[in-house]
Amino acid sequence: MQVPASFDYQRAESVDEALELLRRYGEEARVVAGGHSLLPMMKLRLAAPEVLVDINDLHELDHIVLVGDELRVGALTRHRTLLESELVGRYFPIVHDAEKVIADPPVRNRGTIGGSLCQADPSEDLSAVCGALHAHAVIRGAGGERIVSMADFHQGPYETAVGVGEMLTEVRLPVLPGAGSAYEKVERKAGDWAVAAAGVALTLREGRIADAGVGLAAVGAGALNLHAVQTLLNGSEPSEALYEEAGRVASDSCSPVTDGRGSAEYKRHLAGELTRRALRRAVARAGRPIGSTAREA
Amino acid sequence: MRITVNVNGDDHTREVEPRHLLVRFLRDDLELTGTHWGCDTSNCGTCVVLMDGEPVKSCTVLAVMAAGHEIRTVEDLADGDQLDPVQQGFIEQHGLQCGFCTPGMMLTGRALLDRNPDPSEQEIREAISGQLCRCTGYLNIVKSIQWAARNRAEADGVTETAGSQT
Ligand SMILES: Cc1cc2nc3c(=O)[nH]c(=O)nc-3n(C[C@H](O)[C@H](O)[C@H](O)COP(=O)(O)OP(=O)(O)OC[C@H]3O[C@@H](n4cnc5c(N)ncnc54)[C@H](O)[C@@H]3O)c2cc1C
Ligand code: FES
Ligand code: FES
Repeated sequence: MQVPASFDYQRAESVDEALELLRRYGEEARVVAGGHSLLPMMKLRLAAPEVLVDINDLHELDHIVLVGDELRVGALTRHRTLLESELVGRYFPIVHDAEKVIADPPVRNRGTIGGSLCQADPSEDLSAVCGALHAHAVIRGAGGERIVSMADFHQGPYETAVGVGEMLTEVRLPVLPGAGSAYEKVERKAGDWAVAAAGVALTLREGRIADAGVGLAAVGAGALNLHAVQTLLNGSEPSEALYEEAGRVASDSCSPVTDGRGSAEYKRHLAGELTRRALRRAVARAGRPIGSTAREA
Repeated sequence: MRITVNVNGDDHTREVEPRHLLVRFLRDDLELTGTHWGCDTSNCGTCVVLMDGEPVKSCTVLAVMAAGHEIRTVEDLADGDQLDPVQQGFIEQHGLQCGFCTPGMMLTGRALLDRNPDPSEQEIREAISGQLCRCTGYLNIVKSIQWAARNRAEADGVTETAGSQT
């Protein structure tokens, strides 16, 4: 039987109270949201926080609202809620593509977007999605709020910009006119982590690609936002030759390792092929009126 | 710490360590051993119970996190001698062999039908996709849930005759 090491449990009733607890216990405290990354790690004793601050009662962090030209998603929003949100599907089909293949329904009933991003596991699908979307993270601490780009949020495997005494409160996704996006993942079995996955987001302006974002999951750290591919895409007209080249650059820019899910070589091949597929679908979606992707097979 | 969890409609108050898992709370403290416990790594889904009506893996929920919430276990499916249509479906369609995955499968079936009384085969397969069955090949589990969907109006007297195979 796997049992976590002993810890103290505090259930926060407000964001301010959670922050106060995180400040008080400092390095020894961890937030618990869905617990579906943290509790398995604690059971294996890979993590042994002395205090858990439960944020599940903070309903103010569970929201999806359109404000101006961004969709604001509270950190406590569950995978399930994202998958069922019509608003999310309308503007960000990439999120629905990913959510359909993130874990399984009972896990999606608990896991949150905040926990996914803060876990900062390079295999986490939503990290690649938010990287591709050039999302922003709202981090709150004693000194108030600060907003950081995804590129700055993920600082390495299991490392984020969230400091001691701070928490992630919201994720902001930019709504752009003419946008299209898609996510492609290869997994060994239903509900598994990716062998490799690719997310692409872009807009089409007068027939040319702009605002390109490409994020890969499970092919090593640093692939959540592939500058080399983005630079190649921006300003170019969509074509099979371009997709081919983009796939090649994506393949070259990542650093997969051989493990139980596949060899480094296979994952590198997938990185290229999945980038091409996601790109093709993102471009096709960008050409359509908003919301029409819902009828795709 | 002292917690109160509503399980199958009744409040249960116990003194627990924060690290105590919900599956152990149900099985050891409340002696509700219908909830099974397998991989202990949130992969197999045999420990599924309903939390506020939705399936969760109870090996990956702390008992303290369940405090103040409503938990439903397999023991609550039947109403006295009256089986839930999902339970009856598992009998009619031979939805179990060893029975290890069955409590979780039946609860997931119940939660699905509560939300979507007439699910497609694909929706049923998706709903149970986080739970492993090493015996049945899933086909009969899907058929059992379909049987329950067809026979949901049991209370209204439109029960399909036992044993009918469609
Ligand atoms: C069987 C299984 C399969 C899975 N498959 C996939 C998959 O295919 N793809 C995938 O992407 N993920 C997968 N996951 C992970 C799942 O998506 C997790 O739920 C998610 O990664 C973490 O979310 P959580 O809310 O459970 O986070 P928690 O476990 O509660 O927290 C994770 C980390 O983030 C911190 N944290 C959480 N919220 C905040 C916050 N608001 N501010 C600051 N820090 C915070 C915690 O302190 C902890 O360090 C799987 C998990 C399981 C158990
Ligand atoms: S025992 Fe909980 S998922 Fe296997
Ligand atoms: S009936 Fe044996 S595991 Fe499902």
